[in-house]
Amino acid sequence: MNAIFEPGPLGFLRRYEGLQPRLPGARTPWVQALRDKAAEAIRANGFPTRKIEAWHYTDLALLARTGFAEALTPVDEDVVLPEAVAPSRAVLIDGRFRADLTNAPVRSLGADLSAAEGLLGSVARVDDVPMAALNTMLFEDGVLINVPAEQNAGAIELLSIIQAEGDRPVAVHPRHVIRLGAGAQLVLIERAIGRGEGRYLHNPVIEIELAEGAHLTHARIQQEGAEGIFLSTVFARAAAGATYDSFLLHAGAKLSRSEAYVSLDGPKAMAHLNGAQLLSDGQHGDCTTFLDHAAPDCASRQTVKTVLAGKSRGVFQGKIHVHQIAQRTDGYQMNQALLLSPEAEIDSKPQLEIYADDVKCSHGATVGELDEDQLFYLRARGIPAATARSMLIEAFLQEAVDTVEDETARNALATAVAGWWEKVA
Amino acid sequence: MLKIEGLTAEIDGKQILNGIDLEIPTGEIHAIMGPNGGGKSTLSYVLAGRDGYEVTGGTATFNGIDLLALEPEERAAAGVFLAFQYPVELPGVGNANFLRTALNAIRRTKGEPELDAMQFLKLARQRMKELSMPEDMLKRGVNVGFSGGEKKRNEVLQMALLKPGLAILDETDSGLDIDALKIAADGVNALRGPDFSALVITHYQRLLNYIVPDRVHVLMGGRIVQSGGPELAKQLEESGYTAVQAA
Amino acid sequence: MPAVTETIDAVQSVTEGAYKYGFETDIEMEFAPKGLNEDIVRFISAKKNEPQWLLDWRLKAYAMWLKMEEPRWPAVKYPPIDYQDSYYYAAPVKKAGPKSLDEVDPELLKTYAKLGIPLKEQALLAGVEGAELDGERLPVAVDAVFDSVSVATTFRARLEKEGIIFCSISEAVQKHPELVRQYLGSVVPQGDNFFAALNSAVFTDGSFVYIPKGVRCPMELSTYFRINAKSTGQFERTLIIAEAGSHVSYLEGCTAPMRDENQLHAAVVELVAMDDATIKYSTVQNWYPGDAEGKGGIYNFVTKRGACRGARSKISWTQVETGSAITWKYPSCILQGDDSVGEFYSVAITNNYQQADTGTKMFHIGKNTKSTIVSKGISAGRGQNTYRGLVKISPKASGARNFTQCDSLLIGDQCGAHTVPYIENRCISAKVEHEATTSRIAEDQLFYCRQRGLSQEDAVGLIVNGFCREVLKELPMEFAVEAQKLLQISLEGSVG
Repeated sequence: MNAIFEPGPLGFLRRYEGLQPRLPGARTPWVQALRDKAAEAIRANGFPTRKIEAWHYTDLALLARTGFAEALTPVDEDVVLPEAVAPSRAVLIDGRFRADLTNAPVRSLGADLSAAEGLLGSVARVDDVPMAALNTMLFEDGVLINVPAEQNAGAIELLSIIQAEGDRPVAVHPRHVIRLGAGAQLVLIERAIGRGEGRYLHNPVIEIELAEGAHLTHARIQQEGAEGIFLSTVFARAAAGATYDSFLLHAGAKLSRSEAYVSLDGPKAMAHLNGAQLLSDGQHGDCTTFLDHAAPDCASRQTVKTVLAGKSRGVFQGKIHVHQIAQRTDGYQMNQALLLSPEAEIDSKPQLEIYADDVKCSHGATVGELDEDQLFYLRARGIPAATARSMLIEAFLQEAVDTVEDETARNALATAVAGWWEKVA
Repeated sequence: MLKIEGLTAEIDGKQILNGIDLEIPTGEIHAIMGPNGGGKSTLSYVLAGRDGYEVTGGTATFNGIDLLALEPEERAAAGVFLAFQYPVELPGVGNANFLRTALNAIRRTKGEPELDAMQFLKLARQRMKELSMPEDMLKRGVNVGFSGGEKKRNEVLQMALLKPGLAILDETDSGLDIDALKIAADGVNALRGPDFSALVITHYQRLLNYIVPDRVHVLMGGRIVQSGGPELAKQLEESGYTAVQAA
Repeated sequence: MPAVTETIDAVQSVTEGAYKYGFETDIEMEFAPKGLNEDIVRFISAKKNEPQWLLDWRLKAYAMWLKMEEPRWPAVKYPPIDYQDSYYYAAPVKKAGPKSLDEVDPELLKTYAKLGIPLKEQALLAGVEGAELDGERLPVAVDAVFDSVSVATTFRARLEKEGIIFCSISEAVQKHPELVRQYLGSVVPQGDNFFAALNSAVFTDGSFVYIPKGVRCPMELSTYFRINAKSTGQFERTLIIAEAGSHVSYLEGCTAPMRDENQLHAAVVELVAMDDATIKYSTVQNWYPGDAEGKGGIYNFVTKRGACRGARSKISWTQVETGSAITWKYPSCILQGDDSVGEFYSVAITNNYQQADTGTKMFHIGKNTKSTIVSKGISAGRGQNTYRGLVKISPKASGARNFTQCDSLLIGDQCGAHTVPYIENRCISAKVEHEATTSRIAEDQLFYCRQRGLSQEDAVGLIVNGFCREVLKELPMEFAVEAQKLLQISLEGSVG
């Protein structure tokens, strides 16, 4: 541990005091107001502990006791990029936008904050979302994607690489703002890739605003390094008839937690909050979602699958809140977990909070081993036990990925899933 | 006697019945035929008092009682029975319990003594035997997990137990095979008598081979456009409703 | 007007007076001074002539309580409770045993009559000498707890023949101190939670049951709890021990008068089941729920837990919760013995301004342990109903199985239904399944029933009883009928 940097919330507040004049928007009052409010929230609340209901299963002690610094990567450093998964791509290295590596029609948020005025901070909350507060206080860069009404922007890869060499833990807080105009379409494939063996914090926040009838497919692939801490937050708001179709994949990091706050604000909006967590020995993965049905006739679908190998721990928390006005809500939530090791642990908390009477809401959770009957059936057909198990686990994961309709996004996810399974099997 | 005069009704502000005039003297069975969307089911729901069907004009009396002023359960107590086109499922509510509660509610309003569980079961078993229904239907939840045919038979069983003065059969024949159809028809025919009238709503003539109506009416565009004897049904089967429209 | 709104109106019009147990009995009472401090704890202990160890046990609990905070995590809202503004001891003044019913305080008899206890049993309860039941009805042994004190227990002699002990816990402290000392607090320790600590410090009475090895209790055991006096908290403590191979079915019923103030009920129930023993514990909770404006009513903050200590032991909780302004209870099972079984069947109704946060905790520790949870929540009026449950499976509980089904029914659009299951599994071979649904009474269901001649209220009652069927069938038959009526009454008073 590097003793020069103070750990915990105080450490981050110190960094903020020192960095403030150099952060983007330092002389822009509305940006400064956002950052100050976030700093205030951190000063008041600190980092969450397990005593806070929403953080009961995920302990941030590792984060709180590590002192982090900023990345010192040269802005033009040569970086070998992985193969692209979409026709165009935007690249961030250690949290900074690299125009030279980007060919997608996006802008650097850090270079020009004025373009994000009215959008940045309009969907995100900092009062009760500690990681969003930390990001708001310290973000340096990110991308702004604004798709005009009725335009189909196709598929864009948003690649964020963190290079964690040596014993100097870095903290990176990218901020992305995505806006789709009425009837616009976009497929966004977000990849977080860690390189090196060092510890680091990757703390992205994405704010998404979808106008009437817009359609966003949002695939998120987390393949952080072995010591990486990935804490990400998505805030999305969907107007009438808009669709937010997301899939979260956790396949790396020592500790990862992704929170999604999705609000269906207009009638007939739709959300998919699907995901899979693939956890190996020593990993902790947490998928936490809050879905607000705030308008009538909306629908939501959520299937999250977790596979746990070695001594790993998986967490699923999914809350559906149906407001009184949200009559004829159709909500469905399913959480399934498969334990592959006697040392693994899964904690699952699906949650319904319902204030409207004409609703159809259900949730289910299953936790357990592979189905003995299925296993036996395969073996009775002459398939060796190990192969049969593999087949069933692959099928379990395939089912999750198959919920993604867009082919580009689905292929990117399938490749990542297969990569994980090859390492574990 | 059921007497309907100038009955108009709408759903969600859309007028469906445009002035129905119909009389079913006691002891008679009348059939209403007509194309889909003509107002057949609406008429049955209006007579039974379903919410959302707003009567905007006209009258409907049964044996001199103003049906339109009554709550649905009061109409039931007055002897109006609706055999639903889509019988509703009541999970967890045992069929026997439901039938006895309904029967006793009606007996109570008639001033008749209520039946205890034993008396009821005896009666129910007898009726079920007459209708060739398996006894385990009594134990199951109301219409839960019933096939389409079983649901319709359950409606007929209820009718046999409640002995209404006026039965309205709303497309009871839909989804029934020929054997089930005969059983349903037998159920109605068994009740036939001087104190019983029925309104049989159907799209096809098939059911009327087994329940021979005294009169047949054609309901189209929310009005009765033609009336006649049983032969009218056969005529419609051959020439279709478009012929009526043209006429 | 949509059918549902109509139902709400029809039902609300008969709300007032729907709580038929809202009477108050005027009986001479003895009170301890208001408030809570160490002296009150000593007073209660002295009043009950308790041994030193029990006083020490109480004082330790009190010291713990002082350092604890009221739980804030349940989804219920209520103004702060002033623990100094309540009586912690209130007891009917004892007189010599009456010779016949004529000599019994008529007010006490009236109370029993209103509770629906048959006359013969009233005589037994009132302690009339020589009173015995005829053999026609299946007998139910009854213990009645009035405010803080057990007033009578029936069928003692018959039970004693089998070696069964059924008495008030105060009496058990005197006559069977070794049993009480061994088991009291062994399932719910003094410091378990805020309300359990409070109860441990000031509990005044409750029931004690001991079933010896291999004995099948020949009758239902039952306790009627009643809060009667003003400004009184009720803190009863129940302890049931079932030795190896024994079997007992126990039922508690609860009522309280209608009062404007909120009264606190913080009970603790501990169950211990040894090898092959079965305890069936049923509750029909009908504490005063408050009026249609949400004024008054009981705060029902209860800790109930059973330990399946022996192999193949079984503890089954069934509860029908229709009363109380606020209900906070999680009857739980610690499944320690291999192949032990825990069950939780619950119906909770919240109407008007009632709030309930209830559910269960199933701790799977032994091998092949099984648990079943069936919860039916019904919200009407402005009621808020939360199911909160934990299924926790330890690494050693190989072959553990849980199945949970939570269904919510909403009546009207001013109420809320919430489901918060927690699943924590650390065992590879365990299987946990959870299902939850939320629905309302469909208008076509109501219309269908009404077309067959049922009134709106009867139709609602029928559909709600159908919704609760899986739970009601778990109740002993005598009480199932009562519970069904209670459901309908509760809905008449508060269903939307």
